[in-house]
Order: sequence, then structure tokens, then C-alpha cells
Amino acid sequence: MKYMALIYTDPTLEPAYGTDAFNEMMGGYFAANEVYERDGVMVSGEPLQPTETATSLRIRGDKTETMDGPFAETKEKLGGYYMFDVPDLDAALKYAAMIPGARYGTVEVRPVMELDG
Amino acid sequence: MAPSSQNVAAALAAVAREDRGRLLSALVRRIESFQLAEDCLQDAMESALVHWARNGVPENPIGWLLRVAQRKAIDRFRRDARFEEKVAELAALDDPAASEPAQIPDERLAMIFTCCHPALEEKSRVALTLRTIGGLTTAEIARAFLDREAAMGQRLSRAKKKIAAAGIPFAVPDESNWQERLHSVLLVIYLIFNEGYSAGTSDAAVRVNLCEEAIFLARLVDDLRPGQAEVEGLIALMLLSHARRGARLDAQGAFVPLGDQNTALWDVAQIREGDELLDVAVARGAAGPFQIQAAISALHVQGGLTGRTDWRQILLLYDSLHRLEPTPVVALNRAVALAEVAGAETGLQALDALSTALGGYQPYHAARAALLVDAGQRAQARAAYDQAIALCADEAQRGYLQRQRDRL
Repeated sequence: MKYMALIYTDPTLEPAYGTDAFNEMMGGYFAANEVYERDGVMVSGEPLQPTETATSLRIRGDKTETMDGPFAETKEKLGGYYMFDVPDLDAALKYAAMIPGARYGTVEVRPVMELDG
Repeated sequence: MAPSSQNVAAALAAVAREDRGRLLSALVRRIESFQLAEDCLQDAMESALVHWARNGVPENPIGWLLRVAQRKAIDRFRRDARFEEKVAELAALDDPAASEPAQIPDERLAMIFTCCHPALEEKSRVALTLRTIGGLTTAEIARAFLDREAAMGQRLSRAKKKIAAAGIPFAVPDESNWQERLHSVLLVIYLIFNEGYSAGTSDAAVRVNLCEEAIFLARLVDDLRPGQAEVEGLIALMLLSHARRGARLDAQGAFVPLGDQNTALWDVAQIREGDELLDVAVARGAAGPFQIQAAISALHVQGGLTGRTDWRQILLLYDSLHRLEPTPVVALNRAVALAEVAGAETGLQALDALSTALGGYQPYHAARAALLVDAGQRAQARAAYDQAIALCADEAQRGYLQRQRDRL
């Protein structure tokens, strides 16, 4: 099954660039990526630019409304994701627990909907 | 002579009560779908009513039901081209020449871990465990939790959908997750016990049934995976509490605190079993919160029987428990033990530190009221009892608190 791990963190609580804590966090991401690669479970995974760069849009009637900012203004923001392909939820949770963001934010794990062709 | 339909119904009811969990677990393992396994078992039970009435109750009713349920699953799978493989797999298991299996493999441990998976909502874990392993009906579970049957049915069906959609495995967790997941299972069992133990508003028979169901479940885990200190600790804890069930309420249905209970009403055999099991658990050298709570319970029981409670030892145990589980409720119990050792004033100081966390918690105000009485602060004690009574949803408990207040 494919699972999406959505990494929500509060940017104000994240370690600042250049600090030891920051380097440790990045080391954590590198280490996790290595395990994912070794076990062949990662479909994809990317960090996202901060929500200040987000643009939201919706179409109402025939009109496209484009807005500055993320969908929801919350303290914890979607900062990146991984997509795993693993046998079950326990395996997905095991790999999600290796994401450093889980230590100061929350990682939401959701199964990908399988559409029968 | 064909058996009477009454006999058939009784035989089926017995299987449903005793073996439903085992049957359902075996089916889920083979069919790999919770909902489908339940539907097929239901179909098989309905067939049994007809077949058994005509041909007699088979020698091996469980094997009969398993085989028929499996065939029902094949029929359902055949209607869907996606399950071709599954049909072949299940058909291979079904040898028409062979007699029904006398023993079906026990998959209930996997079932318990699935039902108690932390990815499910807590109340759903409790309900699902009672429904699948405990064999309670949806109506019985609804009654125990004062829910409407329809709402409980929806809760169960949502949980089964999540198990399927989220890919919650039907498996006993591996070594790396074992301790954490076992604790989650034990918590669910203890929640079931406490629901039965708290003298709530549901009727007494339902509550005793829940306590016994919880003890049954813990014993089952112990049978299926023996040698786990915390499982033994939990069984001991529940036995030591359940042994006092006959003395916890007075003739008017009001709660009687342990110190005032008539110990002649305690179940001595159950106390002995709890004590012995706790010794076995502790000797394994793997301490845990359930063993500590059982040890505290054992000391209280001993105190009740001898008239002398070892509060010093109880305080030490609460210190250990608080290190493992630093929750305000554990701190509250610790403060009560502290008051017994160091005096009501000291206990009250410890309670003051918890006022924010537990301001809306009835036992906090009840404990504070009792300590204020000991400290001679009657007016404040009355106020604390008033707060406790206002927060109390439990009639037996309220009766007790009201009486304590009226005494002042």
C-alpha cells in the first residue's frame, strides 16, 4: 500500500539555519533517506518552501479567485512530505517515526486511495 | 429424530458466546477482511439454524461453521473478478472429502492487537475488542456505555472501515513494537474493567459482566503469550479490585470506601490468586505500571484485613508509578498517601499544586475535602465537598459524598 506522510511543523519551533540543532535535524533527514533507500520503500519525498510562498486558488462559478497564503492559517504548517510503498500501516508508521519533523511537529500518515482501473 | 429448533438455537448461542472470537479471528486471517469475515460468519450461523435443525447439530460445530463461512466467502468473492486469486486460495483450503477441522488455529492474539491498535479511537478499541473477542453483542456494548445501539453500530463499522482503508495489519507486532503495543492492549482491557468497576448509572449486572469480560481478556492474552510480567500484573490488579465487589456498595447503593468495607464480603480466593500472580510477575524483574498498581492494591487489601495499612510502602510505590506515568491523577493518589505518612497539611500542599490540572476532576475535590476535615478546616471541607458533589455523575459516589458532607 502507498502511504503519504505529511509533515506539519511550527516554523518558529524549528531549529534555525546554521545552528547545531539544525545540522542535527538535517543529519536526521539524511539518515532517514538512507534507510528508506536501503529498504526500497520511498516513492518520493520533498520539503516545501515556507507557506509565505503559498498561493491558493478556488473556482466559484466561472471565476478563478487567486489568493496569497496557505489554505488554512494554522500554527503548524505543511512543510514537506514522503510517499512510502509498504505492506501495512505498522510499516508506514515505523518509517514515518524516522522523520525528524515528528520530534517537534506532527506527521500525519494517510493511505493513498487505490483506484481500480 | 430431528432436534428441536430450541436445541439448535441453544447450541448456536453457545458457540456464539464461547467461540465467536476464535472463529472470527480464523476467518479474518483467511479472508483478510474484517467486515467480510463478520458477514460470512453471520451467513454461516443462519445456515446452521436450518441445517442443524434438519440434520442434527454436527459433532464439531465450530469446524462446521468455519467451513461454511469460508464457502460463503468464496461465493462472495466469485461475484467480483478482482478476487480471482483469493477464490483459488480459499478453495484450496476447502477439501470436501476431509472432515471439518477439529482444531482451528487460534488467531485471537492477532485479533486483539488489531482491535487495540493505537490508530483507532480509544472508545472504538474498547468496543471492537468487546465485540470481536469478548463476543458481546452491539446492543450489550451500547448498554454498557450508555450509547444508543445505532450509534455503537456506526462506531464499530467506522472502526472496521478504518482497519481496511488504513491497512492496519492483522498481526502480532514484532519485537520492536511489542512493549508499546502490548501496553495499548492492556490499557484497553483496563478501561473495560474500570467501566465495569466504576459504580456508574448502568445496571449492576452489566457492570459485573464488563469486569469479568476484562479479566477473561487479560487471561486470554496471558494464555496466548505467557510470561509477560505486565499482563500478570494487570490480572492481579483486576482480581484484587474485583474481589471487593461485594462490599463496595451499602444496602442503599451508596459507595463504601475501602477502610469502611466489611471484609467478610471480600472474595478471599480471588485475593489469594491476585497476590500469588503479583509475586510471579514481580519475580520476572520487569517492573511496569500495572504491577505497581497491583502492589498498591494488594497493600490496601492487606491493610483492610489486618487493620494496619502500610502507607509508607504505598507512598514509595506511587513515587515509582509517578516516575513511569507522571500524570496529575497519579500525583493526586500520591498526595493522599503522602497525607497518611506526613499529615494532612503536607498532603494539602501537594494537592494545591494540582489545582489547575484537576480543578474539574471530582476525585480531586473529594480527596481535598477529606484532608481538610482531617486538618480541622471544616468550612473549607464543606465547600470542597460541594464542589465534588457538583462534579459527580455517579449516583453511588454522590450518595457517599453527600453523607460525608452532612456529617460536618
